[in-house]
Amino acid sequence: MKKAFWLAGATVFALTQTALAGDTIKIGFVSTFSGPTAVIGNDMRNSFELALDHLGRKMGGKPVEVIYEDDGQKPDVGKQKTEKLIQSDKVDFIAGYIWSNVLLASLKTAVDSKTFLISANAGPSQLAGELCSPYVFSTSWQNDQTPQAVGTYMNQKGVKSVFLIGPNYAAGKDMLAGVKSTFKGQVVGEEYTVWPSQLDFSAELTKAKNSKAESIFVFYPGAAGVQFLNQYAQAGLKQQIPLYTAFTIDELSLPLQKENAIGVPGAQQWVNDLPNAENKKFVEDYRKKYTGLRPTFYGAQSYDAANLINSAVVAVKGDTSKKDEMKAAMEKADFKSVRGPFKYGKNHIPIQNFYLQDVVKDADGQLSLKTVATIVKDDQDRFHDKCPMK
Amino acid sequence: MLVLVEQSLNGLQFGLLLFLLAAGLTLVFGIMDFVNLAHGSLYMMGAYFAATFVAWTGSFVLGILLALGATLLLGIALEFIALRHLYGRDHLDQVLATFGLILFFNDAVRLIWGPAGLSLPLPAWLTVPVQIVPGVFYPAYRLSIIVVALAVAALLYIVVMRTRIGMLIRAGASNREMIGALGINIKLLFTLVFGLGAALAGLAGLMQAPILTVQIGMGENILILAFVIIVIGGIGSIRGAFMAAIFVGMIDTLGRAFLPDLLRMVLSSSAASTAAPALSSMLIYLLMAIVLVVRPEGLFPAAKR
Repeated sequence: MKKAFWLAGATVFALTQTALAGDTIKIGFVSTFSGPTAVIGNDMRNSFELALDHLGRKMGGKPVEVIYEDDGQKPDVGKQKTEKLIQSDKVDFIAGYIWSNVLLASLKTAVDSKTFLISANAGPSQLAGELCSPYVFSTSWQNDQTPQAVGTYMNQKGVKSVFLIGPNYAAGKDMLAGVKSTFKGQVVGEEYTVWPSQLDFSAELTKAKNSKAESIFVFYPGAAGVQFLNQYAQAGLKQQIPLYTAFTIDELSLPLQKENAIGVPGAQQWVNDLPNAENKKFVEDYRKKYTGLRPTFYGAQSYDAANLINSAVVAVKGDTSKKDEMKAAMEKADFKSVRGPFKYGKNHIPIQNFYLQDVVKDADGQLSLKTVATIVKDDQDRFHDKCPMK
Repeated sequence: MLVLVEQSLNGLQFGLLLFLLAAGLTLVFGIMDFVNLAHGSLYMMGAYFAATFVAWTGSFVLGILLALGATLLLGIALEFIALRHLYGRDHLDQVLATFGLILFFNDAVRLIWGPAGLSLPLPAWLTVPVQIVPGVFYPAYRLSIIVVALAVAALLYIVVMRTRIGMLIRAGASNREMIGALGINIKLLFTLVFGLGAALAGLAGLMQAPILTVQIGMGENILILAFVIIVIGGIGSIRGAFMAAIFVGMIDTLGRAFLPDLLRMVLSSSAASTAAPALSSMLIYLLMAIVLVVRPEGLFPAAKR
């Protein structure tokens, strides 16, 4: 009798649990919230939360619950957190992912369980090519695209030779390969540094200087970008060898880089001053809600990720079991992106514009990033042919 | 050839910086027989103090001097409040307690200064490259690190080997009961040694700050290198720490500088550029393993107890 009572109790409990799960849209968000790059994760969370505020914290009429998990910038931890979100929290969507190596480690878990994964930053070449999946979408770019745009810009400037420096992990290799694929001049040297522990670049800077290259290209996201620019300026190279960058100067690193960042160009698919209504609202409300902070491209991509998820949930009126319909809805990219309208390639990577950005003093006398020109229009990543999806 | 000179300077500078950190660690470990994992936190605090005081006073030199004093006081306070109760305990207790201190300091910094980190800008006179031999320009700031660290090393040697207080420190290391019985205040002596160790760590941190960013957890990676150095050099030996630090700095930098090119002779270019950073970061641990096998007591062991 007692046993039967417990059994009944357990069944009722289980039923209410599933019923509850069906009533909310559950989203897992994996990013870095501890350690030196936690500021990036915070910016992504801030922007995701702002997007939910703008959506009235509901999608398709159902309340939204977000579970944030910290990957500590480590692939093994990211994979564990992804498994936890999918297997025990049973999330409908999983989003975030700053680091390409963390995303690659976590990818299989999401794809095998047919949980939609929205990468709000990482864009390893494998994801665009052979590892593309119907369940994976990107609101950022494929890693090579941004440095490809930088390479194109360097051609426009007539740069004849370059020395490449980047971190030794998935994204670092993509970035340097990206520049090489478009840059028409000579690549005189290529150095990879230990990631993320190596913070002193004296040996690499010395080599770059002695290589007699006409320019240097680097990719150093987060605090490493601050350190690189410091050391580049201290070595007196700023007057000698112009620097070109991808993902090295952003609104988080700029307050620390200060004058060192002036005159160092970079490329980006989103800049805070892009003149569309959604972007104005995003940037203004972000600065209002989080006083003293400014959104970065990481944040913009996370804001877009929330809106992409919303477009899928609205299309199925909150019934997240209709996965094929949600996939079809997301493939249309039918939401107001803060970068302006874009289309998805068949590998679910955006086909989009890339802009030249520069550092200027804005109206408040603070350093900020500004769009200078459009380098490429409707750029599609160079791996989409390798993606078997139709 | 000139490249070799410049890369050697890079290695020397890195090695000397590591020496400052390792010297404090080896003093505390070797003389007081105390394992201090929180040494890296003192390095971090030195950097944070420097960034704060330089911004307050507007003067680089004054700010740095204040930061040095503040780290010294912090070290003394830390010893007085927490660590002196752990001297009699075994090493595992000390590791646990000082690991707790790492977490404490990281969160204290997050509360006081926020998670974003700080920057410590250099005054203009230190940002220019200096011509050391014709054709070789070297950043003035890195050069000044070399000078300061060499001066500190010499001073440390004189204090420990040639002064009365140094004699007491060495005596306290070999037999603390005996020196206590002779009427020397051994507690005060240890407090001073710990404070000195803290100030050295703080000095390393604040000198590294303008090159890197000042951020939470900055002392943790580099602390591992400091431990490697005191193992290679011989625990408790300042001379050993000095030699081993320069070894490690040189091997690390020259490995990074020349290994990729050497590997490219035997491997394909892309394989070489991937393997080289991994291999060069392994070299120092390889050195440590060899030293442990050949001379388990370190290259320059301190005098036998």
